[in-house]
Amino acid sequence: MTIPALAIHNLSKEFDGAIAVNDISFTIEPGEIFGLLGPNGAGKSTAINMIGGVSRIGSGSIEIFGADNQKDYRTTRRMVGVMHQEIVIDNFFTIDQALRLHAGYYGFRDDEAWRLQLIDRLGLKPHLHKVMIKLSGGMKRRFMIAKALIHKPRLLILDEPTAGVDVELRHTLWDFVREINQQGTTILLTTHYLEEAEQMCDRLAIMNHGKVIALESTKTLLQELGTRTIIVHLQEPITQAPENLCCQATDLDKTGTLLQLTLSASQPTGDLLQRLCEIGLSIADIETRSAGLEEIFLQMTKAGRVEP
Amino acid sequence: MNQQSDNTYHSWLPFYTLLKKEIRRFLRVASQTLVTPVITASLYLFIFGATLGERISVLEGFSYAQFVIPGLILMGIINNSFANVASSLFMSRYLGSIVDLLVTPVTPTQFIMAYTLAAMLRGLAVGLVVWLISCLFATLPWAHPFAAIALACLASFLFAQFGIIAAVYADNFDTLSMYTNFIILPLIYLGGVFYPISILPPLWAKLSHLNPLFYLIDGFRYAILGVGDLSFVVSFCTVTAMALGLFAWAAILIARSYRLRN
Repeated sequence: MTIPALAIHNLSKEFDGAIAVNDISFTIEPGEIFGLLGPNGAGKSTAINMIGGVSRIGSGSIEIFGADNQKDYRTTRRMVGVMHQEIVIDNFFTIDQALRLHAGYYGFRDDEAWRLQLIDRLGLKPHLHKVMIKLSGGMKRRFMIAKALIHKPRLLILDEPTAGVDVELRHTLWDFVREINQQGTTILLTTHYLEEAEQMCDRLAIMNHGKVIALESTKTLLQELGTRTIIVHLQEPITQAPENLCCQATDLDKTGTLLQLTLSASQPTGDLLQRLCEIGLSIADIETRSAGLEEIFLQMTKAGRVEP
Repeated sequence: MNQQSDNTYHSWLPFYTLLKKEIRRFLRVASQTLVTPVITASLYLFIFGATLGERISVLEGFSYAQFVIPGLILMGIINNSFANVASSLFMSRYLGSIVDLLVTPVTPTQFIMAYTLAAMLRGLAVGLVVWLISCLFATLPWAHPFAAIALACLASFLFAQFGIIAAVYADNFDTLSMYTNFIILPLIYLGGVFYPISILPPLWAKLSHLNPLFYLIDGFRYAILGVGDLSFVVSFCTVTAMALGLFAWAAILIARSYRLRN
């Protein structure tokens, strides 16, 4: 049996009586890219801080590659790299100095080849000997990625890595994340850009009000919870939307020639088209649109707000 | 990328790296951390050594400059050991860069040792330079040199612990400066740097015995000049007890990650 890269068991955390993380459990397999999604205040960063060691665990346990992150923290922290959401830098040092120091904090000697590779891949070379305070926001983000990877962690945690960064850096970052994932590093990421999560992640957990409200592979989540919208352009206008179409929603526009039908992801389109023909509608054209993760996310977190 | 098994983990390296970082930090701003305290001490030496000192005599057989220099050396050690760890640790907390350490395998022992040793080095470096400059104003007899070195190390250790404690409890820069302005400075000035306690009226002399820095300053002066208000054993034991007490306090705070981890 493979030891999970990360196993979280009944993890909870309170701040001054307010529950930030409420009894969450999930595992991440080695080599996965796992997305932890949720609105602001859902408890994602609190969970990540407990995994990384920034926060104490309220209750429950966390195992990283089979080692308990409380009892055996010297082992687990060596295996984890964290890129924090907030920009965390030490203004006294240059990028080069800080990267060398950071490897040492983890108990590893400076690996020059790896350090230079990170510097090169993240475009830090022209700024290598600048002190942190003189770097732009984008450069600081790039440095933080390099810092999280300098000790070659087996589990990389990226907490909102693309928040407030330009398109170029976003592409650089995701390309690099894919590359290191292919080389064997397990990735846990949170992002507000759901399109990125959809494209990057093998599996997703959606958090709301401190709880995990969905935990599926990205494909399953999109298939099971996603919807499709069929837009039917009619040759002849109709006055009323047909009934008994077995759709989740039916909408007819004012002209009477545009019929918008919403289907669940698993509902076959063929059945619907057959039904439309049986009714005798004259169809001029058909468009199909699939709902993405963003709609699923909004739908789930909105439901969570009503009934937390 | 997972070549971590090829990399050898060195358990002492986190401590060594943190120590190196702390030393580099104060060397990088040496004008503030080393030069300024030396200039301040030099001004005191000039005032009390070359000007006023010639008109004051407080200890028979010694010039006022000789009397005041041990206290000034100690003042440099105390202030800089405290300031080094207090400002560095508080800034890390305040700016959030402490998380860089919290996610690493640095142990509480390594954490305290690294911050303490760096603070001691800065404090002792300032003390050494103050002594070298003081040679221009007076020659010290160095009656018990090893005892003086031991007390200097103990003083820097003690105030490094106090710096850790202050940095953990401080909420902002104002609170942090209060530790210096309202605790350390009054205790130093009233602890006998500039006058022997024996010349004070009986009530004030008795109250001075409640000042922990009196034992440190008197013991250090005894080690250098060979005369003091108290026995060296009393001074040394009191200072050692204080250092151990503050060390235990700081160790508990760091081991529990008090106000470091939420």
